[in-house]
Amino acid sequence: MLRRNLLRLFTLMFAGALFAAPANAVVEIDINKGNVEPLPIAVTDFLQGELAQKISDVVAADLKRSGLFAPVDKGAFIEKIANPDAAPRFEDWKVINAQALVIGRVTQEGDGRLKAEFRLWDTFAGQQMLGQQFYTQPENWRRVAHIIADAIYERITGEKGYFDTRIVYVAESGPKNARKRQLAIMDQDGFNARALTNSNDIVLTPRFSPNRQEITYMSFENQQPRVYLLQLETGQREVVGNFPGMTFAPRFSPDGQRVIMSLQQEGNANIYTMDLRSRTTTRLTNTAAIDTSPSYSPDGARVVFESDRGGKQQLYVMGADGSGQTRISFGDGSYSTPVWSPRGDLIAFTKQSGGKFSIGVMKPDGSGERILTTGFHNEGPTWAPNGRVLMFFRQNAGAGGPQLYSIDLTGYNEQQIQTQGFASDPAWSPLME
Amino acid sequence: MSRIDTPAASRMQTIARNPVMLALVMTLAVAGCASKKNLPNDAAGLGLGAGAATPGSQQDFTVNVGDRIFFDTDSSSIRADAQATLARQAQWLAKYPNYAITIEGHADERGTREYNLALGARRAAATREYLAGQGVPANRMRTISYGKEKPVAVCDDISCWSQNRRAVTVLGGAGS
Repeated sequence: MLRRNLLRLFTLMFAGALFAAPANAVVEIDINKGNVEPLPIAVTDFLQGELAQKISDVVAADLKRSGLFAPVDKGAFIEKIANPDAAPRFEDWKVINAQALVIGRVTQEGDGRLKAEFRLWDTFAGQQMLGQQFYTQPENWRRVAHIIADAIYERITGEKGYFDTRIVYVAESGPKNARKRQLAIMDQDGFNARALTNSNDIVLTPRFSPNRQEITYMSFENQQPRVYLLQLETGQREVVGNFPGMTFAPRFSPDGQRVIMSLQQEGNANIYTMDLRSRTTTRLTNTAAIDTSPSYSPDGARVVFESDRGGKQQLYVMGADGSGQTRISFGDGSYSTPVWSPRGDLIAFTKQSGGKFSIGVMKPDGSGERILTTGFHNEGPTWAPNGRVLMFFRQNAGAGGPQLYSIDLTGYNEQQIQTQGFASDPAWSPLME
Repeated sequence: MSRIDTPAASRMQTIARNPVMLALVMTLAVAGCASKKNLPNDAAGLGLGAGAATPGSQQDFTVNVGDRIFFDTDSSSIRADAQATLARQAQWLAKYPNYAITIEGHADERGTREYNLALGARRAAATREYLAGQGVPANRMRTISYGKEKPVAVCDDISCWSQNRRAVTVLGGAGS
């Protein structure tokens, strides 16, 4: 189903010359600065009708939640856009300090498909920065909106967007001592949520495959805690490997060919990989300790993981073949759940110190540790595909259950992601190519 | 869930809500007793006559032996109070050889999920090892870890966390 929808959804760029980046564009955001002043942007209601307006509303909401854009109040608009193909009256937008302007139109084709077009204008330079159009089935309207928001984000920040992405997570319901858990999937903004498993068995720690078609996760099905693989399109499930004990903490390799995970034997957990084609397993660590939460570097050459071999949980990096295991975390407290950034430049982690749980980042050599948020319980960061935003789960004391939050790499712009019940273990999908 | 501040209050509320928790309270009482002779009195004090448990029954095991032991934070060492409980479990299992057991290892919520799965497994393994040392045949025992996913006490303070760091011996059918 997903794949079919993707085939239906293709983009068509307008002629290049008209939309080439103007050399003197003034509208840009330096995303590296941290706590940037959000860029005032006017997102006008797309023409014409209810669905068109809903699409522009989602575009504005995406941009706003990124913390990098401040959509201008529509009540302040002077020019009413009547013809999306004509140049806007730049003075009308400059006077309300809308530095960028988004105009669009959504029409229905004869075959039932939607055609969505938009233009992004630099009002102070008086130039068009971007213009694109998309065809899709009407039920994909939210995706089209996210794709438009991504295009705007990328054009202005110079970084890939992350709005056309999904989150797989554990949906939790019921009291704490009788909690029900299901895998669920939703758009990154919390919409289009649906369950992927029933609530009969405990399911934990889902992760996307690089092509977004598969989920690896852990399930207690048949009272046998094991790592599973789930095909999103067909719903087909299978146990990964034939291990003699509990397997847990699975993640895919960046090429999607292997699953890396922990195998519990007696009191120790060691890290193994299984090649999904040949079904061969390889042992990477061999210690009388708990080695778990492995995460590949984006080039697949290295793995970061946590181990209590030194007494308490700390982060270690090794080669993808298990060679050269080196401790990288040395601060106060214990470190766990390391996740390598898709950009390769940072490792996010959970840190326990002084009775608090924090989310932080450090460089792969362990230097430059920064804490982004601290509280009663924060756990399990996952990276947006552009490596600029982290999502994690938080439980406040007395709250009864966890909720999902996102935060900028700079530590600013913390946002709760609305879910129907409690939620934990978010994993961010890659971008579609 | 509102926060419950005193361990005693929390225990009583839990009893009212969940009959399974009665067994836990009994175990705690046992841990504080110098002599096994006090057990029936304690049971009676909670309105449960010792005679209610048929010898060799699940209830007998839970109430008169104690089906669970507790651990210190981030530890899988078998404490002195737990050793006494496990010794009683081993004696009881020797007397009733038709039971197989599953040892469930658990962790409190003050850790990350994946580590706690391994920590629960480590606790279950340590418990099995201790019981094996007390003569329980290995082929009658299996282990499973639930990490921090199945707490019995639900408040957000140490009075609950200490009850959740546990290994529970669950009786099953004939030996595996």
